[in-house]
Amino acid sequence: MANIDERNVLKNIFSYFLLILLAVVILVPFFIGIWTSFLPTADILKGNYFSTNISLTNYIDAFTNTPILRYLGNTIVVATITMFAHLLFCSMSAYAFVFLDFKYKKFFFALFMITMMLPSEAAIIPNFQTVKALGLLDHYSAMIVPSLTSAFGTFMLRQSFMQTPKELKEAADIEGLNHFQIFWKVVLPYNRISLITLGAYSFLGAWNSYLWPILVTFSNNSRVIQNGLKQLQSEETFNNWGMIQASAAIIVIPTILVLFIGQHYFKSGLNEGAVK
Amino acid sequence: MLKTSATDVIPEKKVEAKQKSKFKLTANDKYYASIFAGPSLFLLGLFVFYPMFRTLYISLFLTNTFGNTTLFVGLENYVKLISSPDFVSSMWVTLVYVVGVTFFTIAMGLLLANLASQKLPGIAIFRTLYSVTMGVSVSVAAIFWLFIFNPSAGFFTLLTKMLNLPTINWLANPTNAMWAIIITTVWMHLGFVFLVFLGAIESVPTTLYEAADVEGVSKHYQFFHITLPMISPTLFFISTITIIGSFKSFGLIDLITKGGPTNATNMLVYRIYNDAFFGGNYAKSSAEAIILTVIIAFFTYLQFKFLEKKVNY
Repeated sequence: MANIDERNVLKNIFSYFLLILLAVVILVPFFIGIWTSFLPTADILKGNYFSTNISLTNYIDAFTNTPILRYLGNTIVVATITMFAHLLFCSMSAYAFVFLDFKYKKFFFALFMITMMLPSEAAIIPNFQTVKALGLLDHYSAMIVPSLTSAFGTFMLRQSFMQTPKELKEAADIEGLNHFQIFWKVVLPYNRISLITLGAYSFLGAWNSYLWPILVTFSNNSRVIQNGLKQLQSEETFNNWGMIQASAAIIVIPTILVLFIGQHYFKSGLNEGAVK
Repeated sequence: MLKTSATDVIPEKKVEAKQKSKFKLTANDKYYASIFAGPSLFLLGLFVFYPMFRTLYISLFLTNTFGNTTLFVGLENYVKLISSPDFVSSMWVTLVYVVGVTFFTIAMGLLLANLASQKLPGIAIFRTLYSVTMGVSVSVAAIFWLFIFNPSAGFFTLLTKMLNLPTINWLANPTNAMWAIIITTVWMHLGFVFLVFLGAIESVPTTLYEAADVEGVSKHYQFFHITLPMISPTLFFISTITIIGSFKSFGLIDLITKGGPTNATNMLVYRIYNDAFFGGNYAKSSAEAIILTVIIAFFTYLQFKFLEKKVNY
């Protein structure tokens, strides 16, 4: 028996060794990025990572000498509006596909499914021309209007809405509620977990979007954070690594905090999405 | 798509009929349907279907610098692309990248998920740490790794100097630049893939492992003969979304290598972007966009087929 215990202890030690080693490998880019954000650029460029000149100078520089707060603000506005638009339009179209009966329903649903097969990256030329013709270039709306709805969101909510218990719908019918009331008072509250999941996906999707914003924004007034870092990097600040690392840290820390708080939702949402 | 829906007509009809009896239908459904589904349909039409057809149309013409079509040339743009060594090398580079990213993302994701699925004290901390890259966006990943790859002050340079090894110039050499992009991409996706694999591994019934333990089957064998087959749907799901995502990769390339050195990382979407918005060759760019669409549509279709099978199960 003692032998087996000993073997288990050895095995556990090995497991922890591997777990810690891999954690270090994954976290090294964070450690280095965040640590160097506290060091003077002169020391960083000399490769002197063990410098003791730790300060918040780079953060103060980033906030005062670069438009990073403006970029963050722009991104939050665009991502928030996109998220609410997705929640509204996707849940409405999902409702139609689940609870309404209309002509060519299958055809329209097939259209939605086909939409999911088409990469938006392939549509940039005509979409650029459309947005230009609508006079939206270099405005928030250039980033918001083309992605007000999502076929994936509709599909995901449709899968969820189909699980709404029929008793709920029947009770609503008996009470004489119309479709708007059923949608608002029965279906949306019942599927709130799926709505939260879609909201998180949509927000993160807009937050991370890179190619489309770089095409349609030209000034700091509308530039979003993902493109903003490129802008900082390409300007005179190119070699100011301390400040660039500080900007990256400013962006990444809030999202990681949100992620840790929302991890439970993400995990259940991901599994749901993966299995369905 | 059409062929399969024809064979599935019978079960689908049944479901619909059931729904009809479940939910009382009112006569003015048509009115409601246009209000509920109308906005989404209109938006998808304007920003997905119209541009798709327009891109296909442009790809069959020559264009001027304003993107207006001038002369119908049929498939000539495509023929030119396929016979251009530049484009073929771009497709090749994209393929190497997609295969590399998919392989390493899945291998690392499985390794992490398998380790973190052990019942050990404090394992929750590792689960959290492993999922941390989910919060990293393209530009942050690019900046962190650009610094690590930096030839004069980067972490890798420092490490090789400390170990007295020859320093590698990561971004100036074509092969190394490809590795740099692959490493950064895998790192960025790892958190998400880890969480999905972990969820799948945890849902494998523990009785299977208990039975294997009784039989004295090694953990290694259990992983390949119980875990992998049991999570194969998730494995398929992650493979297809990773393949699709890597074919569409743009941000990291734009930030880290700009397609270089000497086009070694000039992948499909980067080419589409450059040819249209810097080269002014909208026809060529549109033909490339259509090729991208065909590739993405194929893999998405595979995924749909598979999901459909799973749902019917």
